[in-house]
Amino acid sequence: MGRTMQQNGEPMIIAVASGKGGTGKTTVAVNLALSLSNVQLMDCDVEEPNSHIFLNPVIEEIKPAYTLVPRVNYDLCDYCGKCAAACEYNALVAVPQKEVMLFPELCHGCGLCSLVCPQDAISEEPREIGVIKTGKSGDGNVDLVYGVLNIGEIMATPLIDQVKADLDPEKTVIIDVSPGTACPVIAAVQGSDYCILVTEPTPFGLYDLRLAVEVLRVLKIPFGMVINKAGIGDRKVYEYCEKEGIPILLEIPHDTRIARYYSEGVPFVKAMPEWKERFAGIIDKVLL
Amino acid sequence: MKQITVISGKGGTGKTTLVGSFAALVENKVIVDCDVDAPDLHLLLHPEIIKKEEFKGVKVAVIDKTLCSECGTCEETCRFNAIASTEESGYAVNPARCEGCGACVFTCPQEAVTLKERVSGYAFISKTNYGTMVHAQLNIAEEASGKLVTVVRNNAQQVAEKEGCELILIDGSPGIGCPVIASLAGVDLALIVTEPTMSGLHDLERIMDVTRHFGIASAVCINKYDINEENSKRITEFCRQRGIQVVGNIPYDSVVTEAMVAGMPVVEFAEGVVSDAIKVVWDGIN
Repeated sequence: MGRTMQQNGEPMIIAVASGKGGTGKTTVAVNLALSLSNVQLMDCDVEEPNSHIFLNPVIEEIKPAYTLVPRVNYDLCDYCGKCAAACEYNALVAVPQKEVMLFPELCHGCGLCSLVCPQDAISEEPREIGVIKTGKSGDGNVDLVYGVLNIGEIMATPLIDQVKADLDPEKTVIIDVSPGTACPVIAAVQGSDYCILVTEPTPFGLYDLRLAVEVLRVLKIPFGMVINKAGIGDRKVYEYCEKEGIPILLEIPHDTRIARYYSEGVPFVKAMPEWKERFAGIIDKVLL
Repeated sequence: MKQITVISGKGGTGKTTLVGSFAALVENKVIVDCDVDAPDLHLLLHPEIIKKEEFKGVKVAVIDKTLCSECGTCEETCRFNAIASTEESGYAVNPARCEGCGACVFTCPQEAVTLKERVSGYAFISKTNYGTMVHAQLNIAEEASGKLVTVVRNNAQQVAEKEGCELILIDGSPGIGCPVIASLAGVDLALIVTEPTMSGLHDLERIMDVTRHFGIASAVCINKYDINEENSKRITEFCRQRGIQVVGNIPYDSVVTEAMVAGMPVVEFAEGVVSDAIKVVWDGIN
């Protein structure tokens, strides 16, 4: 089992991100979690969370997650329209003498409308955007927290923030991040001590990797690479890492057995235990 | 005019491989990449940019240090944890977290905060050997990918009308959130590409819930169907129960990666089982 304390004695928060989808973030996050002790895995890919498929968790708690949306008190509202004019997201439309229409899917829950209302006619009420599930892996070794965004919902970022509010400071925390480079990725990665980038050695993998590297440089989070499906594609990802001085922490070969276990929802360190040491070894390389 | 969006829920199932090949197979269309934060279609189609347009997404709050009295009202107001104070530089906005709502502008007693427009990315109209391509790149660590997708969709509509195209062929992004919903709005068909893994099946169910929620007709294609044929059967059965047609099964073959390395749509790179299966998928959705 790898040591997971930083020099200051604090357990680490390690994000697992990628840029391109389907490169193996969840594979790395789950297998790494199963190779360490005293671990919490937070699946922050709230649109398509997959970690739980591999951990067969016993769910202990399911709680709804909310954002705030305005509620107009028509006893006080004089239809002045200041709320609608202030809203940067066009989520409110004031119809004179009739109503203030709300488009909840456009509302970011910033609260500005209730601040600007001269009649104090706007209060805020919660709107459910998804749920947060908490539990333990079937074998009891990994604490799991994951968010599930409601269907048709666009507000992923506040749900990710609320998943991360359950972070356990006593444990090594591994964060499974969604693909891409936009706001949900920033919300998931921010505050991490280190980020493991997972890529595949292909042109698509490399292009999106470069974008992910830029994100981490902007956020000033140290990072290293895990190359998944090593053996396919070309050598350009390796050349890029060498040129940029990015450490390669682990290579996972393109292997039909590993692919088969993945397809069945089995973490491959369970079937191929020699990999546990290799995953735990990543931690020695990333210790600050 | 018909609009088709290729989506997947799960990332890396083969959306771009399919769209690249459709671009090579089909005439009289506009090709659209709606994955604006990690676009890859250009790596197969090599667009030559003929028009580049700035995209101004959300605004960003800026604090004028000469007016700031360090009272901290802005930090208290901000719901997005975008404002914090450091000993060296005082209160500052983290642009990666700022949603440009303007609440801090309103509450600052010193009027030290203003909202500024920012360029959040670029939208492109390009020429390719396969027809006009409409695409974009969101800047790093930006908000508003859904808004940029809508800009791209509008550009595509205009190009299609101008060129008299019968088809708008759209490459979507992974997930089920903001940019995916923007790439699906008002299309005639969503082609969902999945893979026979437990994750693929789980994510397929979620994205099918999304297309049903918005009332969008869907068809499914199983990529790499032969890496786990039992799971492919489960997916087929699941689709049958949902009343959604599986229009094709594409086998696993290293030729897909070889074509990607060569920077070509796989149907142009090599004849064979994969190219044949992709043609069957196209016939199936037409």
